[in-house]
Amino acid sequence: MKARVYVSYKETVLDPQGKTVCSALQSLGYTDIVDVRQGKFFEITLKDGADPAGARKQIEEAAHEVLANPVIEEYRVEFLD
Amino acid sequence: MKFGVVVFPGSNCDHDAWYSVTANLGEQAVFLWHDDPHLGDVDAVILPGGFSYGDYLRCGAIAKFSPVMSAVKKFAAEGGLVLGICNGFQILVESGLLPGALVRNRNLKFICRHVPLRVETTNSPFTSAAEKGQVLRLPIAHGEGCYVADERTLDELEAEDRVAFRYLENVNGSQRSIAGILNRGRNVLGMMPHPERATDPLMGSTDGLAIFRSMVAAMATQP
Repeated sequence: MKARVYVSYKETVLDPQGKTVCSALQSLGYTDIVDVRQGKFFEITLKDGADPAGARKQIEEAAHEVLANPVIEEYRVEFLD
Repeated sequence: MKFGVVVFPGSNCDHDAWYSVTANLGEQAVFLWHDDPHLGDVDAVILPGGFSYGDYLRCGAIAKFSPVMSAVKKFAAEGGLVLGICNGFQILVESGLLPGALVRNRNLKFICRHVPLRVETTNSPFTSAAEKGQVLRLPIAHGEGCYVADERTLDELEAEDRVAFRYLENVNGSQRSIAGILNRGRNVLGMMPHPERATDPLMGSTDGLAIFRSMVAAMATQP
């Protein structure tokens, strides 16, 4: 079982890396691009035979407490079987 | 007075802080190891600059789980003086002892130079020896020092006179040019500039002494 956690800045927090990447892309000719937000992506492998409900709870908690800082970031968790 | 300087794996301003308060200020200091949940008999805690646990995930994100931080939280809740410098400030916001967060500098660059800061309040045990509006020249050295918080928090910080320092020139893009803030109890200060790197004429500035002297004065007047 695997889980994916996507972490990005909230809309209200300025993302200078995303802005810089956006202007780089535009100057390379990708003129349809108007905005880029850069974030973090974690692909997490869970122990074989782990209790799915318990594993989900662990990942949700780890995302909220450790991987993201809810003061400035939002996150999304996906589970793959 | 006895300062406790916390040492995390990756702290790199711990000895500077220790040297500042002992050799340059004439007070006592001990080091506090990160996995020790006891602070001993220290009067104040300094969370020094550096890269605690490597700062690989986010600055200060792992340090908040360390045993010493549970003791620091308890110490702060009881009114103990806690000064977080640079990475120490990042740890304080990650731990929830101070509001907001510190993110990548607006220009994406690590900035290492002396900057002028304005003292915004003298109503704190960290700034009482300074003058309101006084300009301190202190070094900064950080890549993630841009202070952000929601508008409500920023308004609250200002209304409660909890902005301790502002950059005269907003070098890192911090909201409302904030360089240092106090908690509601005014016994916890987080700041990105390094007062410990400005405590001897050889360092090019002694303006950092005002902060440590304020702390000593605050302890002296405690019952």
